[in-house]
Amino acid sequence: MSRVTTRRSTLIVATAAVSLLLAACGNAAGDSGGASTSESTITVAAAASLTEAFTQIGKEFEATKPGTKVMFNFGSSATLAAQIAEGAPLDVFAAASPATMKTVTDVGAAEPPRDFVSNTLEIAVPKGNPGKIASLRDIADKSKKIAICAPQVPCGAAAVKVFAAAKITPAPDTLEQDVKAALQKVSSDEVDAALVYKTDVIAGGEKVAGIEFPEAKQAVNVYPIAAIKGSANPAAAQQFVDHVLSSDGQAVLAKAGFAKP
Amino acid sequence: MVGLLFLVLPLAGLIIRAPWRDAAQVLTSEAATSALRLSLITATIAALITVLLGVPLAWLLARPTLPGASLLRALITVPLVLPPVVGGVALFTLLGRSGLLGRPLYAWTGFAFPFTPYAVVLAQVFVALPFLVLSVEGALRTADRRYEEAAATLGATPLTVFRRVTLPLVGPGIAAGAVLAWARALGEFGATITFAGNFPGTTRTMPLEIYLAVETDPGAALLLSVLLLATSVAVLVLLRGRWVRRW
Repeated sequence: MSRVTTRRSTLIVATAAVSLLLAACGNAAGDSGGASTSESTITVAAAASLTEAFTQIGKEFEATKPGTKVMFNFGSSATLAAQIAEGAPLDVFAAASPATMKTVTDVGAAEPPRDFVSNTLEIAVPKGNPGKIASLRDIADKSKKIAICAPQVPCGAAAVKVFAAAKITPAPDTLEQDVKAALQKVSSDEVDAALVYKTDVIAGGEKVAGIEFPEAKQAVNVYPIAAIKGSANPAAAQQFVDHVLSSDGQAVLAKAGFAKP
Repeated sequence: MVGLLFLVLPLAGLIIRAPWRDAAQVLTSEAATSALRLSLITATIAALITVLLGVPLAWLLARPTLPGASLLRALITVPLVLPPVVGGVALFTLLGRSGLLGRPLYAWTGFAFPFTPYAVVLAQVFVALPFLVLSVEGALRTADRRYEEAAATLGATPLTVFRRVTLPLVGPGIAAGAVLAWARALGEFGATITFAGNFPGTTRTMPLEIYLAVETDPGAALLLSVLLLATSVAVLVLLRGRWVRRW
């Protein structure tokens, strides 16, 4: 390339870059205005087990409140609680147990929580039940591959309670960080059974079959929800919490298999 | 200078913020010692396997007239750039209980890799092998071929040439690669937790134990991190002095 052409193309690239930068800055300034613009976003941290139901609720919420966008951060309640306690910029937290919510309220990071649903455990097996699991007793069978949640996450804490109630010592092969990871092991036919929530068995669809057991009633997980203090959008956050507690939100949750709190 | 600070300051933060009062209790706990033992054993076995598999591969790659050498090198580099979790998922699809090779293996022997320490070693070999291969290939390339040629003209068989000339010449390169592979294996997390699972004593290596501790006991997480850091640094310093003449 000749010197003239090189200089010209450099100029073109530089102009393009600068205009892109200015446009981006302009947009960012507009968004961070928050209350002054019509577009506001809230980020909801929710337990993994709420993935399908909350995604649906999020869409319905956005439809009723045009200009509001809901982003979700699904994961292990314990991980999310630790992040919020450390100051992660989230607006709403829906946990799968009062214990994980307590991590957040103990440091004063959330408004008073309200219980919105409850969930019980169920045994999930791969379609066709290759491991021939029949009851909770089979979870203690060392020859079977079993996945349960780690004890410090809500589904794991519930699992500890049901095993104590049934007087069984489980023989798991892996302790998963959240319930969806345990479910995934079942749906990919890597384990013979996993202890997950009723709602996860439903969410697992055709790949997963569920086996109920009576001791599940001994460990009902109540899910609390709370708006996070210091949110950039406290009004929208509270509106989301109210929507979840409303009859519309509750209908979606009931359809997913959740029970009343 | 900024680069150095960027690397060193977080580690300094780790050491400063760790609750040293609880050190004795945390570092000698069952969870910590079993995780450390598992990590050290699996990483060492993984490093040995990478040497066994990697040195011949590196030798192949270093040959001047290999057809498709750049393609081969690109394939070997893939685990290096692949996110470790993706590596774990890939290992799953191959060697999981319903994997391409795993299903016949399970049907034939009743054995499946996931949730066993063998899976931990496999995951570590997968991520560490490129380190060794590329390191040894580099050493082989810079080694003077004239020594090998001289040995051949003096009547040595190819095996003797390899054993008595090539290997001693690239010994330090292999050692350096093995140490690098060992360190990478020790720190492996994503592929381990996805492919091998997470169970104390069997598959919960130090990085997994630290990950768990971050949620339950952040102070313990800091102490365990410093322990792992100290172990790695100690081995690197020891080996560097004794075995690796040329780094």
